[in-house]
Amino acid sequence: MSVRSASVENMTEPSSLTVDERRAAGEADEAALLADGPRADELVWARGLSKKFGEFTAVDGIDISVRRGEAFGFLGPNGAGKSSTMRMIGAVSPATDGRLRILGRDPGTDGPAIRARLGVVPQTDNLDQELTVRENLLIYGRYFGIPRAQIRARADELLDFVQLTDRADDLVEPLSGGMKRRLTIARSLINEPELLLLDEPTTGLDPQARHALWDRLFRLKQRGVTLVLTTHYMDEAEQLCDRLVVMDKGRIAAEGAPAELIGTYSTREVLELRFATGENESHADGLADLAERIEVLPDRLLLYTDDGDGAATAVVERGLRPASVLVRRSSLEDVFLRLTGRSLVE
Amino acid sequence: MSTTPPGPAGVGASSMLLARVLPMPLPSARRASLLVERNLLVYRRGWLLILSGFFEPLFYLLSIGIGIGALVGTVVTDSGAALDYTVFVAPALMASSAMNGAVYDSTFNIFFKLKYAKLYDAVLATPLSASDVAAGETSWALMRGALYSTTFLAVMLALGLVQSWWAILAVPACFLIGFAFAAVGLAATSFMKSWQNFEFVQLAVLPMFLFSTTFYPLSVYPDALRLLVQCTPLYHGIELVRALVTGLVDVSILGHVLYLAVMGSIGLIVGSKRLATLLLK
Repeated sequence: MSVRSASVENMTEPSSLTVDERRAAGEADEAALLADGPRADELVWARGLSKKFGEFTAVDGIDISVRRGEAFGFLGPNGAGKSSTMRMIGAVSPATDGRLRILGRDPGTDGPAIRARLGVVPQTDNLDQELTVRENLLIYGRYFGIPRAQIRARADELLDFVQLTDRADDLVEPLSGGMKRRLTIARSLINEPELLLLDEPTTGLDPQARHALWDRLFRLKQRGVTLVLTTHYMDEAEQLCDRLVVMDKGRIAAEGAPAELIGTYSTREVLELRFATGENESHADGLADLAERIEVLPDRLLLYTDDGDGAATAVVERGLRPASVLVRRSSLEDVFLRLTGRSLVE
Repeated sequence: MSTTPPGPAGVGASSMLLARVLPMPLPSARRASLLVERNLLVYRRGWLLILSGFFEPLFYLLSIGIGIGALVGTVVTDSGAALDYTVFVAPALMASSAMNGAVYDSTFNIFFKLKYAKLYDAVLATPLSASDVAAGETSWALMRGALYSTTFLAVMLALGLVQSWWAILAVPACFLIGFAFAAVGLAATSFMKSWQNFEFVQLAVLPMFLFSTTFYPLSVYPDALRLLVQCTPLYHGIELVRALVTGLVDVSILGHVLYLAVMGSIGLIVGSKRLATLLLK
């Protein structure tokens, strides 16, 4: 552990501080910190959580609470700090600053005890390529100190759960991307975790594989497993998450249930109008009064309104003839793009 | 520390210092053994690959020990004993096989698992710590080295090259040699950036194998070179095993044991810290 994280550790355990340090930290702040802490049903609890890599701030003072049984999502563009946050929650990356409690424990001091009760599905599969499908589950169970007979029984159940029973004795490498992902999920469940961390669980999979995975994750949720996942797929977030935060540049931009977020940050409906190439922008001013907000894109106009059909009728009444007219419900994607912008993040 | 002024600044500095000096969490033997279990599972299918490492010292023994030995006859050791040349060379090859097995596994294999297979990323998501991984992989590598040495000892016994009951202790001595080289190999590997860097491993291992009193005693060197050879780890491994196998045991073997134990311990501490730095960012 680095010196810096060790000193953070001291800060988070006020009782171990000397009188001088306590005075230096400020008695008032100290009292506030002491009064604050995770409730029994908060499996993940963070206050002011930060992660810096040298000068770069990946996570910038976020607060999180994930309750038992919840499916909680981190939504955000690449580089928003989602994976860094997940690694801190997974107790494999020391926080630079702030307080973090996982399953009521401090990952700085109780890492092994926390990890024993977590399941982790990392962004890139890191299955053991030198072993077969079943052996991957067997040895991973051993890392958790589970007796062999018990692991064997669990491995059979899990292989069945992720539909890999007929590939059990094959090596990992020839498996398809979807199969490897399902095996990684099976592996993450070998210790019957209370909290399952999934970092972009379906990125790079075909639609069939994604739906198969969502189905498995939904069943886990029904069994009471708490899910924490990151994604940049809006449909995935809407399908799986009870509650989510939108992260951007290391901070939390918004938080709530998917429907709440749409209610807060977007209108009920969106009217999409396509005019001839180059004409979209010139029509924007004339239509601004028909919508709460209007967005000009190179190929179309987006009118955010609670009554899309009404706005479409009004457009036609003004004598305009767009090449295409589409009324749709607002989605999480609208919220996401509004909060994190349309420019590419590299 | 006596110059540190009292007060808040001094307290802060000393607690920082304490954090710096305190060792990593100690590896647990049970958790470290799980890496060995994993490697056994892998090599259960590829045990022939492991066996191949046994033949190298055997070929050296036949070619140099017996072939050249026929020309050389006897050799006078640094302690003054006259030995049949084959008897002189065989323990050195035994010690070298422990080094070779340990170095091969703790460099190439660990580099692959660290950088390409991402094995340790998966392992560290479980209750295992970086020091468990370092201890486990060091154990596996030293076991591989010791396996070669022990098999080689059996061949020596069959050829009548073992002269003393002390030779039983040559087996744990080879575990110690394996430990020293495996731990330092792991630590060195943690600094490697690409496969090209492994040229340095060859550059360290080959001269040690050739010049560490493997094929002739220290007395052939001028004083300055003698001192240099005496600083290298394989010299201590070879002299330790040679003393035990020939039964020419004196108190100097304790120095060899100490050298190898310290070398392995430093390697393990550095290796554990480096793995933590690389993997627990």
